[in-house]
Amino acid sequence: MAGGQERILRRRISSIDATKKITRAMELIAASRIVKAQGRVRSAKPYSEKVTDVIANLAGGGAGVDHPLLTQADQVNRVAYVVIAADRGLCGGYNNNVLRAVERAIAADQAQGRQYVLVLSGKKAAGYFSFRGYEVHAAYEGFSDQPNYSDAKTMAESVAELFESGDVQQVRLAYTRFLSMGSQEVTVDQFMPLEASEIGADASENTAGGGYEFEPEPAEILSRLLPRYVEARLYAALLEGSASEHAARQRAMKAATDNAEDLKTNLTRIMNRARQETITTEIMEIVSGSEAMSDDGDHDLDDAITQSLEGSLAALVSDRSDA
Amino acid sequence: MQVEFVSPEAVLFSGECSQVVTRTVDGDIAFLNNHAAFIGALDIGQAQLWATDGVISLAINGGFVEVSGNAVTILSDGAMAAGDIDLSEAESDLTVAEEALSSDADDVDAANAKKWAETRIQVAASS
Repeated sequence: MAGGQERILRRRISSIDATKKITRAMELIAASRIVKAQGRVRSAKPYSEKVTDVIANLAGGGAGVDHPLLTQADQVNRVAYVVIAADRGLCGGYNNNVLRAVERAIAADQAQGRQYVLVLSGKKAAGYFSFRGYEVHAAYEGFSDQPNYSDAKTMAESVAELFESGDVQQVRLAYTRFLSMGSQEVTVDQFMPLEASEIGADASENTAGGGYEFEPEPAEILSRLLPRYVEARLYAALLEGSASEHAARQRAMKAATDNAEDLKTNLTRIMNRARQETITTEIMEIVSGSEAMSDDGDHDLDDAITQSLEGSLAALVSDRSDA
Repeated sequence: MQVEFVSPEAVLFSGECSQVVTRTVDGDIAFLNNHAAFIGALDIGQAQLWATDGVISLAINGGFVEVSGNAVTILSDGAMAAGDIDLSEAESDLTVAEEALSSDADDVDAANAKKWAETRIQVAASS
């Protein structure tokens, strides 16, 4: 009946209210984490910039460019994808965007007869690819929120091993770049071998690289430095990914909170209408009942019934206005 | 001269120093003002920075140093300030590394671990 509907609506409203509180809290948490994550992105910059500088100076100082990390393969048969996604969901399209981009890239590679190897960061990435029957080489999780340098180091080591063993001829890095609070962009970049232009090795002829003293030989320093560069780059990608994750989560949770608010307003309106309908129906029943009685001409009985009905009507109305 | 000590996660020190002593893979090296341009790979060892308000000691687990234009930049992904060193941890690491070395004298990882533990103990003791 109508009263039952009102109770159901009331229950739905209170459950939406509870959900709204949760999404609101998640929105606020994500907002505060973006600021922290952005700070981490910024404080990681000096190191990677300096490492890049030193590499450029070394290349200018005559370090041979025959390091495996700098040698482009003649033919690429296998491509490793390093995918950076999140451990948790509820962050809008953040995970799906990067995972789909990788899936598309893999499909394009397969069309050219290349095989793939997957190295994943984030529980969602591992779930996505293993569910779809992809072969996963390595999956890391537990740090997508707040990646540390040591996490990047562990990942970089396993990727470098794949590359240096010759198992894969190219490594690509898929992550979400944090452009601003409102815009993040999925990129799938070449990660290994390093491109000479990227580390400034080709522009270094113009710099004063020749004036340096080296200890030990430039080539040896370079071979120690390149792995650090790879780690720093992966670390930067992890940090950008985490900033993007928080930004995406904040947006998704803001939308959810707004939706809950709208839903609550609508349902409250429907509930009020239902309540008024119930009251109207009940009054109509009472009035029509009492009129039917008055037609009999038995006025004593009629008066007694009317009185008792009016009493219960008053009780009903005051009861409803409490609600 | 201007000195910057940079780790992947933060700039650990940035300021004016009169002298910097550190250890490259070929041996100890000191930089004074206006040192010639230099790039070196750092070994596991101690770095000392003569800052305006005293000498700062750090334990370095490998890294790089670049000197150019009267500025010294030390890059290290494993550096600890004297105050951050856990002496008991360093000592237990030393014991573990020595045991590993006694069974296999050619174990490079254990040799490095031993060096790193000794450096930390030395830096912690010097402060």
